[in-house]
Amino acid sequence: MKDSIIKVLRFIGLGFLEPLVRLASGEDSKKNTIEVLKKIIAPIASVLLFLGVWYTGSKSLYNTEANYKIEKTLKDQGQAEADKVKACIESGDSSCQPNTLPSPSQVWASFLVLLEDHKEISKDKAAFKEKTATLNEKRVAQGKDPITYTGRPSFVDQIKTSIKTVFAGFLLALLIATPIGIIIGLSDTLRTSFNWLIQILKPVSPVVWLLLVFMIVKTLTKDSTGDTSFVISFISVGLCSMWATLVNTAMGVSTVDQDYLNVAKVLKLGTFQKIFKVILPASLPLIFTGLRITLSVAWMVLIAIELLAQSPGLGSFVWEEFQNGAMDSNSKIIVAMFVIGFIGFLLDRIMLTIQKFISFDKNEGI
Amino acid sequence: METKTILQEKFASKDVMLDLKDLKKVYPTPKGDYVVLEDLNLQVKKEEFITIIGHSGCGKTTMLSMIAGLNEISGGKISVLGSSIKGPGPDRGVIFQAPSLMPWMTAMENVMLGVKKVFPHGSKKEKEDICKYYLSKVGLDGSFHKRASELSQGMQQRVGIARAFAIKPKVLLLDEPFGMLDSLTRGELQDVLIEIWNKEKITAIMITHDVDEAIFLSDRVVMMTSGPRAKIGDILPIEFERPRSRKAVLAHDDYYKYRKHMIDFLEH
Repeated sequence: MKDSIIKVLRFIGLGFLEPLVRLASGEDSKKNTIEVLKKIIAPIASVLLFLGVWYTGSKSLYNTEANYKIEKTLKDQGQAEADKVKACIESGDSSCQPNTLPSPSQVWASFLVLLEDHKEISKDKAAFKEKTATLNEKRVAQGKDPITYTGRPSFVDQIKTSIKTVFAGFLLALLIATPIGIIIGLSDTLRTSFNWLIQILKPVSPVVWLLLVFMIVKTLTKDSTGDTSFVISFISVGLCSMWATLVNTAMGVSTVDQDYLNVAKVLKLGTFQKIFKVILPASLPLIFTGLRITLSVAWMVLIAIELLAQSPGLGSFVWEEFQNGAMDSNSKIIVAMFVIGFIGFLLDRIMLTIQKFISFDKNEGI
Repeated sequence: METKTILQEKFASKDVMLDLKDLKKVYPTPKGDYVVLEDLNLQVKKEEFITIIGHSGCGKTTMLSMIAGLNEISGGKISVLGSSIKGPGPDRGVIFQAPSLMPWMTAMENVMLGVKKVFPHGSKKEKEDICKYYLSKVGLDGSFHKRASELSQGMQQRVGIARAFAIKPKVLLLDEPFGMLDSLTRGELQDVLIEIWNKEKITAIMITHDVDEAIFLSDRVVMMTSGPRAKIGDILPIEFERPRSRKAVLAHDDYYKYRKHMIDFLEH
C-alpha cells in the first residue's frame, strides 16, 4: 500500500510527498522528520516568505499612493477636502481606494469573486439553454442555425478556451516539427541547407507570427463567415512554439550515440528498422525536451497572441481587465497571472509524466 | 623451454578464415597524411582464438573496426573465407568495449534485433528460443525481460556476448570487451566467453590490454609495434590444451615464460 502510493506520487512528479507518507506509516521517524522538514516544510516556508514580501510591498505601495492622493488634494482643493479623502481611504470605501499593487488578501478575494461569477454565468447559461431548447430544435429542423448563448464568458470559460487553443497549437507544432526535425536530422545536406531558415525564423516574435498568419488566413477564409480568431491564434501559437521541438529533434536524431549506429551497421538493419528501432528511441529524450519547451513557450505566447487576435481566453481577460480599470481589476489580473503560471506548471508536469512513460531515459526532470 | 615465435606463418588456404594483406590505414591531417597502420599482414585460421596486444594508440582498434567494416580501408585487402569484405555485415559479429545495448530494449529484444536479421524465416518461437539459449548460456536466465538500462555493466556485457554469438558470425571481433569491468567481473566474463566459445568455435579476434587475459584465452597472441606505421611485431603461440581451466593455466610452467615474453616485447 505504502510503496504503491509512493510509486504513484513519484510517477506524477509529487515525489516530494514521499517522506510524509513514510512518516505517516511510522517508518524511521527521525530520518523522515528531517526529510519532511527539508522537502515539505522548507518550501512552505518559502511560500510564506513570498507572501510576506508581497504583503509588505503592496502595503508600502498602498501608503505611498494614498499619501500622494491626500497631498494632491490638499494642494489643489485645501484642507477640508484632503481630510475627506483621508477619511474615505481609511473607511475602506471602494470609490476612493488608491490604485496600485493589490495585497495577497485582495487577490484571494478577487479569486473568490471570479469563481462566484463563474457559478452565476453557468447558471445563466443553463437557464438559457433550457429556455431555447425547444426553439432550437425547431430551428434545426427547419435547417437554421441554433441560437447560442452570447453572454459574457466567465473566467473559467476563458481558461478552457485558452487551454483549447494551446493544445491545438501544440498539436500543430508536434505534427509539423517532429517529422521535419527527424528528416532534417537524418540528412546532413538537408540540415545545412535549411539551417539558415530555421535560425532566422526561430527568434521571430509572436506578434509578427500572428500578423503573418493573419495575412494568410484572412485571404484563405475570405468566403467563410465563421470566427477565424481561434484559427489564427492557434496557428500562431503553433508556429511560435514549434522551433524548440524542431531544433531538438534534429539535434537528437543527428547526434545518436555512434555505438548504437555501429550496432545497427554490423547487424545491417534496413533504413526503416534503423530509424524506428534505433534512432528514434535513442533521440526520444531530446525530442521530449523540445516538446516540453514547445508547450511552455506555447502557453507563454498564448497570452500575447489572444490579446492581439482578440480571441477569447486568458489573454483577452487580462487585457480587458487592464482596460477596464475597475477597483478590483488589478487583483483580477494577478489572479490570472497565478492561474497562468499554475497551468503552465501542470502542463509541464503532464509532459514529464508522458516522457517517463515512453522514453527510456528515466532521469528525474527539472 | 624457450618460447618460439613465428612472424610469417603460411597456412593452407582452405584453413584460413580471415586474411589481412598489406593492410594500410591513413588519416589525412592538415599537416599531411598520418599513417596509422602499414604493411600489416595476418592470417587467422578457422576456429582460432587470437588476441591482439599493443600499446594504447597503436591502431589495434582501427584494425579491428576495419575488419568489422566500420572503418574504410586505405590500402591492402581484408578477406573472409577468400572473398574480400564490403562494409559491415552480420558475418562479422562485434562485441564492443562499451556494451552498446539499446537501453530502451530488454535483454531479449537486444539479442532478438540481430537474430531477426540473420534468421528472417524462422518462426517467432524459434527465434525466441535462440535468444533464450544464448542468454542462458551467458548466465542471464532470470533477466530475459529486464531492460538493458536496469542491468549492471557486467550483465550488459553478457548480453553483448549473447547478441554476438546468437547471430552465428563467421568471425567474432572483440574490442577490449572487458576493459571497463572490475577484475572480479572480468574473470567471470572471461569464463563465460571461453565456455561459450568452446562450444561454438567461432574464429575470434580480441583486443586486450591484459597479458593474463591474452594467455588464458588465445591460441596465438599477436603483438603490435607502436604507431605510427604500426604493424605486427611478434606472434606468440600459446600451446596450452583446450579446454583450459584458469587454475591449470596459472600453475603451468610455461605460463610465466609466455608472460615474460610478452612483457619484454611491450616494455621494449
